[in-house]
Amino acid sequence: MNILVPVRKVPDTTAKIAFTPDGKSFDANGVQFVMNPTDEWYALVRAIELKESLGGKITLINVGDADNDQIIRKGLAIGGDDAVRIEGDARDAHFCAKAISAYAKDNAFDLIITGKEAIDDNGFQLASMISEYMDWPLISQATRLDVEGDIFHLSREIEGGHEDIEVSKPLVVSASKGMAEQRIPNMRGIMMARSKPLNVIQAEDASVASEVAKYALPPEKGDVKLIDADNIDELITLLKNEAKAI
Amino acid sequence: MNVLVYLDSADGRVKKPVYEAISYAKKLAQSAGGQVHGLVLGASDEADLKSLGKYGLDVAHHVDDARFSSFDSRAYSMAIGRFIEANPCAHVVFSFNHRGMALAPRVAARLDLTYVPGAMALPAEDGTVVRGVNSGKAFAHVKANKSGMVLAVMSNAAGLLDESAEASLASFDPGLSDDAFLVKVVKVEKMEGTIPLTEADRVVSAGRGLKGPENWGMIEELADTLSAATACSRPVSDVGWRPHHEHVGQTGITVRPNLYFAIGISGAIQHLAGVNQSRTIVVINTDPEAPFFKAADYGIVGDAFDVVPKLNAALRTHFAA
Ligand SMILES: Cc1cc2nc3c(=O)[nH]c(=O)nc-3n(C[C@H](O)[C@H](O)[C@H](O)COP(=O)(O)OP(=O)(O)OC[C@H]3O[C@@H](n4cnc5c(N)ncnc54)[C@H](O)[C@@H]3O)c2cc1C
Repeated sequence: MNILVPVRKVPDTTAKIAFTPDGKSFDANGVQFVMNPTDEWYALVRAIELKESLGGKITLINVGDADNDQIIRKGLAIGGDDAVRIEGDARDAHFCAKAISAYAKDNAFDLIITGKEAIDDNGFQLASMISEYMDWPLISQATRLDVEGDIFHLSREIEGGHEDIEVSKPLVVSASKGMAEQRIPNMRGIMMARSKPLNVIQAEDASVASEVAKYALPPEKGDVKLIDADNIDELITLLKNEAKAI
Repeated sequence: MNVLVYLDSADGRVKKPVYEAISYAKKLAQSAGGQVHGLVLGASDEADLKSLGKYGLDVAHHVDDARFSSFDSRAYSMAIGRFIEANPCAHVVFSFNHRGMALAPRVAARLDLTYVPGAMALPAEDGTVVRGVNSGKAFAHVKANKSGMVLAVMSNAAGLLDESAEASLASFDPGLSDDAFLVKVVKVEKMEGTIPLTEADRVVSAGRGLKGPENWGMIEELADTLSAATACSRPVSDVGWRPHHEHVGQTGITVRPNLYFAIGISGAIQHLAGVNQSRTIVVINTDPEAPFFKAADYGIVGDAFDVVPKLNAALRTHFAA
């Protein structure tokens, strides 16, 4: 089973979000970057578990500049076999998906699995666009992925429940919570990661479908109104008349 | 210039979040003197489809084909592509729900249009569309480089229209062969009698402050009184007190209800990231220094085991009046 795992570099979950004065770019000053949690915890770990039971190879793929190598090496330390980095700006999902699928088409993969969403982009879009460019089926927000011969068995979230699914390979999956548990890389993994191949390639098609004209921060939240625990009726009145929420 | 809306449906009825997408599409089409076409794949109900005229739908096209009963984004994307070939539309609108999230990016890639996930408003005068990024901590004003857009819209993005019109009906056959359908849904499990978190107008959420799963009875009762969905913090679902699909936050589900109750949740930055777009936030916590109070509209410093039953009783009285 050969598996391709797209991984993305995102600001750490505790990072203070700020933008350059012209509002056009993210201000990375003092920000720690990590591997996108749903890529790491759910997609990559499940890929490793499948490889452990079925054999095969895991290739990590990333779009970005050399600053991304740190999170790629972490993915190799957790259990990826080799990695490819496509030089470019990862902000536009069309560009990323096109570049990743161009690579995937030239190499024989049975499965492409990534996290359901990037915590900086929140677009839920990469896996889906890749699946269209590959002309493969997609199971998104999957909470389970098992393999039996050429058949994948999955569960995915739907509004108010879940569905169980069967589909033959090849397949694109976006992974949600429930699929796997986080793994911490060990010393041996970290040592081995240093010598695993990380190839840098160029994208053939550099066009982007969208740009961000401007980023903005939300308005500051006003002060909380504290209500005495013995005066619940005041809360009811506020919720009714002021917030109009009940 | 016409606009297409994908009419996501379950059990033959169009889902509620789609109403917003229809009104959004109508406002988009109106500004360019066009019509709103809707496409429903699989079972549908004529009266239900006609009634969507209320929200601005001009024509509902139904594809009566049982093969669409399993959601297969590839086959769905092909069908939408075929529809657009036969009925050119400048933009395609989805609701930003599970199927919309899976399908809209495919359609954007297929038709080579700009995709805007989670659109929060109609395009501004300069043509940009605002959406939330960085888990609710920022907004991006997106500029399209393509001639048309695929927009997956959030609730309250345009506001619901209320017109006294009926949609007209048409049928459509995308002419897909059997090998277009690759995904087989073998089982569907729905939790009966509960409100799906992603569609809920009100959410009652609880954290580690509740001490154990046996104490969730009062949370469920409060949710019941409020017709709310229940949710929880990450550690609560990690240890199995509550199911994973209730986990809200940066690594769980993002919610944007009108009213969010946070009970015994400290308000860690990763939790807030998933709930900070709620319209009104109420926090109940024993610790006056809990960070959640800084993100709240209303707060009660107190013990959940004392406050929640009292609150539930007061709300019952309120709703009964
Ligand atoms: C990368 C990463 C991603 C994460 N993603 C998420 C996420 O998506 N969602 C998420 O929720 N967390 C997430 N977390 C975890 C987060 O940092 C917090 O640890 C978590 O939200 C805390 O959960 P809690 O508030 O239930 O528990 P605690 O922090 O333990 O807080 C319990 C609260 O209950 C209060 N309390 C105690 N007893 C009572 C009582 N009787 N009545 C009322 N109040 C009481 C306490 O004062 C306290 O404020 C993430 C962490 C990391 C590192």
